[in-house]
Amino acid sequence: MMRLLQEIRSRTVDLFAEVGRYALFTGRLLMETPRALTRPSLVITQVHNAGALSLVIIMLSGLFVGMVLGLQGFDLLERFGSEDSLGTAAALGLVKELGPVVTALLFAGRAGTALASELGLMRATDQLSAMEIMAVDPIRRVVMPRFLGGIIAMPLLAAIFSMIGIFGAQLIGVQMMGVDPGQFWSQMRGAVEHGDIMEGVIKSCVFGVACSAIAVYEGFHSLPTAEGVGRATTRTVVISSVVVLLLDYMLTAVML
Amino acid sequence: MRATPAIEVGTGLFVLLGFAALFFLVTQITSRDIGFGDNTYRLNATFEQVGGLKVGAPVSMSGVTIGRVESIGYDFNEYKAVVRLRIDQRYDRIPDDSDASIFTAGLLGGQYVGIGPGGSETFFKDGDQIQFTQSAIVLESLISKFLFSKAGEQADAKASEGAK
Repeated sequence: MMRLLQEIRSRTVDLFAEVGRYALFTGRLLMETPRALTRPSLVITQVHNAGALSLVIIMLSGLFVGMVLGLQGFDLLERFGSEDSLGTAAALGLVKELGPVVTALLFAGRAGTALASELGLMRATDQLSAMEIMAVDPIRRVVMPRFLGGIIAMPLLAAIFSMIGIFGAQLIGVQMMGVDPGQFWSQMRGAVEHGDIMEGVIKSCVFGVACSAIAVYEGFHSLPTAEGVGRATTRTVVISSVVVLLLDYMLTAVML
Repeated sequence: MRATPAIEVGTGLFVLLGFAALFFLVTQITSRDIGFGDNTYRLNATFEQVGGLKVGAPVSMSGVTIGRVESIGYDFNEYKAVVRLRIDQRYDRIPDDSDASIFTAGLLGGQYVGIGPGGSETFFKDGDQIQFTQSAIVLESLISKFLFSKAGEQADAKASEGAK
């Protein structure tokens, strides 16, 4: 019994310590941001890695999510005889929820894992220690550009996702199901406000910070073994997904 | 690892595409038409009942959108709702005895302000008040009126039968 209590106690303390380390690490990254922006070429490379290379998967997923929304939305709205509102339903759903969230989940899977395993492998092959010996701060030289690259890429990816998704919904709704294109676009324009788009952008920025911070933290602090790198990669995806969905609920509740 | 030209081009394309997507979202799927912002003038109208009228709802004449609802407030002096309209400057020849009514687009559609032109020779200027207004029709009160009048008719019919 005593042992069980002790176990619970030490687990709880571990959890607090982990959250604290995350917070301190993220705080450090944010503090370093202005200095890191003075070396744009490093950041550009990482925007390319996190953003441009994720473009195909984001566009493809956006198209199919939009097409599914078109099908499901049409089926549902047709029951109420209001299939003309399909554009509104698809646009609001994509811009406010699906765009930021699905992009963040895909980003965690595509770019987050790449970041975590890259940093983990650097740790395992002592590249990070070598930098420290050469008096190069690995956080400034290696971690910061990756962190910033992720933050810059995420809102842009989410916007591309939403745009492609709307065209996907239009493809199914208008071309296949015969919704009037004028109604589709004009009802969408009437219902969507700048605030809705702002909400999506704010969400994707927050998700960008969260996903990038988690990926670089896990990679940077992974155990220097093959197993450690694997575990860091897995943890990146799991923690990112849970945190994104949690944050999404909180942000939606605040901004609705 | 330095940024090579190929990477820079790829990143540039990605960033441009991202901003193009944002621009598309902001301009193409929202209602605030660009260029509708500055060239407008304001009109005020008070209504007994605005129903479900919302800020941003269209103001139309004969079905043509000429402006939007800018704000909806409540006036405690008159105990009425005050609706401020923003009208496009192109439509600056609305007679100053025109009337404003709140209509519903379709059975379940959103509500809008319809302006019916009057016969006056002078036109509305910025900040003018629309004198003649007609409130929104609230469906519930309409139905209850109808039901009560039906019930009243039946009661009357029974009373007259009883008299015979």
